[in-house]
Amino acid sequence: MDAKLLSDQIRDEYVGMIAEAPSLTELDSLRVTVLGKKGRVSQLLAKLRDLSPEERQAAGGVFNKLKEELNQAIEARFSTLDAEQLAAKLSGESIDITATVRPEGLGTIHPVTQVLDEVTEIFAGMGFAVAEGPDIETEYNNFTALNIPADHPARQMHDTFYLPEREDGSRLLLRTHTSPAQVRTMSQASPPHRIIVPGRTYRHDYDLTHTPMFHQVEGLVVDKDIHMGHLKGCLIDFARTFFEIDNLPLRFRPSYFPFTEPSAEVDIGCSVEGGVRTIGEGADWMEILGCGMVNPRVLSNCGLDPHEWQGFAFGVGIDRIAMLKYGIRDLRGFFDSDLQWLRNYGFSALDLPTLGQGLSR
Amino acid sequence: MKFSLGWLREHVEIDGDLLEITDRLTMIGLEVEGVTDLKEALRDFVVGHVVSTQSHPNADRLRLCDVDIGSGMYQVVCGAPNVRSGIKAVFAPIGARIPGGDFVLQPREIRGVTGQGMLCSEKELGLGDDHSGIIELDTELKPGDSYAAAVGLDDPVIEIAITPNRGDCLGVEGVARDLAASGLGKIVTPKIAPVPGKFESSIGVAFDFAPGFADACPYLVGRLIKGIKNGPSPMWLQRRLRAIGLRPISMLVDVTNFVTFDRCRPLHAFDVDKVQGDIHVRLARSGETIEALNDQTYELTEDMTVICDDLGPIAIAGIIGGIRTSCTEDTSNVFLESALFNATRTAATGRRLAIESDARYRFERGIDPESVNSGSEMATKLLIELGGGEPSTTITVGTKPGKEEEISFRPQRVADLGGLVVSAAECRGILEKLGFLCEGGGELFQVLRPTWRHDIDGEADLVEEILRIKGYQSIPPISIDRDSLPRPALSLVQRRIRSAGRVLAARGLNECVTWSFVSQIQAEKFGGGDAGLKLSNPITEDLGNLRPSLLPNLLTAVSRNTAKGHANLGLFEIGPRFLGDQEEDQQIVAGLVRSAEISGRHWLAQSRNADVFDIKADCFALLEYFGFSMERASLSTDTPIWYHPGRSGQIKLGPKTVLATFGEVHPGILSEFGIEERVVGAEVILTNLPPPKPRKSRARPVLSSTDLPVVERDFAFLVGAEVPVGDLLQAVRSLSGKDSTRSIFSGVNLFDVYSGKGIETGSKSVALGVSISPKEETLTEKDIRRISDSIIEKVEKITGGKLRK
Repeated sequence: MDAKLLSDQIRDEYVGMIAEAPSLTELDSLRVTVLGKKGRVSQLLAKLRDLSPEERQAAGGVFNKLKEELNQAIEARFSTLDAEQLAAKLSGESIDITATVRPEGLGTIHPVTQVLDEVTEIFAGMGFAVAEGPDIETEYNNFTALNIPADHPARQMHDTFYLPEREDGSRLLLRTHTSPAQVRTMSQASPPHRIIVPGRTYRHDYDLTHTPMFHQVEGLVVDKDIHMGHLKGCLIDFARTFFEIDNLPLRFRPSYFPFTEPSAEVDIGCSVEGGVRTIGEGADWMEILGCGMVNPRVLSNCGLDPHEWQGFAFGVGIDRIAMLKYGIRDLRGFFDSDLQWLRNYGFSALDLPTLGQGLSR
Repeated sequence: MKFSLGWLREHVEIDGDLLEITDRLTMIGLEVEGVTDLKEALRDFVVGHVVSTQSHPNADRLRLCDVDIGSGMYQVVCGAPNVRSGIKAVFAPIGARIPGGDFVLQPREIRGVTGQGMLCSEKELGLGDDHSGIIELDTELKPGDSYAAAVGLDDPVIEIAITPNRGDCLGVEGVARDLAASGLGKIVTPKIAPVPGKFESSIGVAFDFAPGFADACPYLVGRLIKGIKNGPSPMWLQRRLRAIGLRPISMLVDVTNFVTFDRCRPLHAFDVDKVQGDIHVRLARSGETIEALNDQTYELTEDMTVICDDLGPIAIAGIIGGIRTSCTEDTSNVFLESALFNATRTAATGRRLAIESDARYRFERGIDPESVNSGSEMATKLLIELGGGEPSTTITVGTKPGKEEEISFRPQRVADLGGLVVSAAECRGILEKLGFLCEGGGELFQVLRPTWRHDIDGEADLVEEILRIKGYQSIPPISIDRDSLPRPALSLVQRRIRSAGRVLAARGLNECVTWSFVSQIQAEKFGGGDAGLKLSNPITEDLGNLRPSLLPNLLTAVSRNTAKGHANLGLFEIGPRFLGDQEEDQQIVAGLVRSAEISGRHWLAQSRNADVFDIKADCFALLEYFGFSMERASLSTDTPIWYHPGRSGQIKLGPKTVLATFGEVHPGILSEFGIEERVVGAEVILTNLPPPKPRKSRARPVLSSTDLPVVERDFAFLVGAEVPVGDLLQAVRSLSGKDSTRSIFSGVNLFDVYSGKGIETGSKSVALGVSISPKEETLTEKDIRRISDSIIEKVEKITGGKLRK
């Protein structure tokens, strides 16, 4: 038996066919024909039984090599055909990727909330805690304790919202500022104090630049040796951090509030060009907040000895600084719940301001 | 408070320029609100003498005028009705920039005649709105002179904001004093010398107050001046007044106005010949009226101070005079009144009668008692100088308030409270320049405040005086450092409020901020409307009540946005609602609404509208974010009437505490808001959520994970239509972990609820899949059958439901 001849016959007969097998099905039937249990190679191997051990070994080597070659040819053709088939399948699956994605609701956070979170973050970094008080206040907390006399114009009906007079003659009111929370804090807890108080405040005013409800954040620091230098340092640091301008010019001007003495108003530098105000170094000034050293009368009214304790307080309009920082022109839009406005000026839920990653994007 | 630079210079000699002065004013607490300097704008305009006029050959209404401006004659075409020969007017040459019209005057042919200039109206000069005719100038003015200089408009006008405590700076004298104290200039305010009286006043003055009311007017001086000649004021006086926007009226009136603004001393001059009998100062009688100088008639009440003659009120004290006794061109005998009226009473009267006047503005901020006499002397002197006549001796009624209490002042407090080191000597120097009297020295001195500084109340005020004169800019800033480890600034509730917004925004809702107010009707519809929460003085009725719910305003927002064509609305607000007027009645609530299509038409998905289960999901998302286990809550359907009775629910903790209410808003309510679509809404009461259990450590529960396969089994039960699916699910869940294999039900998933064909009436089919996670060993068929049987048994026991075969 000429093993080589037999082997060559099968190789010549099939290797070309395998390489050119048109489909996986035909390749598989070729495989069965040559390498199947009853296939051509098996038939050859069956013949080995009749050979002498020496011949068997030599012929076995030849046949096994043939088997290996055929296997490789089939595998090679298989992977080609398989890839072609997949490619054909995929090409039939193509879609128009320019079509639109499934809509997802884009929620937003209101600028008032965002700015409040920014302010909280800044003062938290200076060791302040957030305190609060109710929107409905007593005349005592809102005015009397804050050294605002009974005949002060701010107490009039045209400035303050009142609830109906009660049987004992007292009236509750909607707080006109967040300062009554100072009174609550100082009267209820022991100094030292270092708090901010954000919240809704109300005044009887409704025009282009005033709304009957607005937002303030109050600050209060009381300790034994807090003086006006600390007030300045704290507010300079705050304003520069908030507006994210390291060299933001600040100006402290003497002013008057019944509940602070000395009192100051704080302006930040800005420039106005073409009706657009830009915060930063410039020719103009813009008032952003009022502040001062807590009036000794207020300390006494809250049960603190002004000879022992002193400190400062400030009040910032949240809506106002939000407008300044984020270029929002019209205050009234804040309370209109207009979807276009909310989407334009709102913030992503994930934009939680932190000092570590920066207050804003 | 307005004054001109020239006026200021009469009180203080300053080298500094305008900018230096205005900057300084602001930095010492007299905030400059604006500076008007017309010198530049009016540079081109001169006094012109209209020598002759003739009619325009081609237009009836126009006149051709020959105008002499000293250096030459110009022909001007003028259409003003008041143009005539002989008058003096404001002449604009060709090339002048016209401020009122913002253009440059060009030679222009008007009906065939080319004018060589223009005669100007107030409006054209940008000085006012009057365009009815040209400005007529004093005929004494010299042609060719600068118009601005001739009428005093070349003097820059400074306007400062006066804080309520600084009434003393409502006179130029006070402003000058502060400036000089700050080191800018030297005081040169003219001293006031008494004018000796020539006779005794024939008019008497008496106070007529009931006991206890004498403080309405504690002190008054009066003077009769006879034989005065009224008429126009001299130019210098007219210029002063005009510069600050006051129209000169007559010498008598102008002098009192001048003293008001120069010395912060309001005065009133009565025409004595019109006064019947003597003058009384008293509280008004109910029903009395007065016709005031502003041509309004006011009805007076018993708490208002009035100056009267025998016929009744002739002035509302400290506010406005009456017409009956007012001075006119013919007045020749005047009674000059200078008094101290109570600030509070004056303010209340002015407010009630809605009269704003320069006198009221000053009296209600407190007036220097010393100015009663000095102001009277100054006005008397001016009146006699300008109008002749003879003054009586001074009538004095009442007493000037006594000496003030001294304030102990430790200069060290400037450093301790103000953060600025200032020597005791310098402190004293500043205080004395401001008019304070200081006694003693060193570490402590006694300070007497000047009579014009009612606002000075204690040591802290003196510290402020020194700081503001030194300038706050000289206080070195010191950063506040945290004095402890970083700690959360927010309380638990505050943190929840903060997170709630982020959770809802992440779920696609847009945050709004709406008023804390609603209308009475809305309040009533949403469970409120209590009279105790109705504002006594709302801006409008729509904003009249404190809101009992966040939904009305959110529904208004839905309605408004829907009208603008926005579909897919999801809005929320986090804020207060008010169930009463006490602190604990104010709840912080997350209110939310979803309306219309939650997913609009899209090629990949079917559109659908927001439904109860969207809003329920929002509520659950919030509660679960706060770590609240829903197993602790109960779900009930006893919702408030503004919800759809069959499509709403409440999440409660125990029988009373409502954590959230959600559902479709009642269609009847929606129609009130003009909303046609269904809207779902919810309120989650953030302040009602219980605090989480205190934790000893931040460690999470130990992970018990297993590679054992999870087994899924589906069940379909036939239950009564009325059986809540939640009960059935709860029955299944209750078996989790109860089997001997301790298998956990890691999912109980409701995938079908069906009634209709194939299901008998009154029943429904409820299909659910249960994911059974073994704990220790792979579940055998036997285990699974046992667990399934117990589920079927439990469901039957709790709901009467049978497994569908």
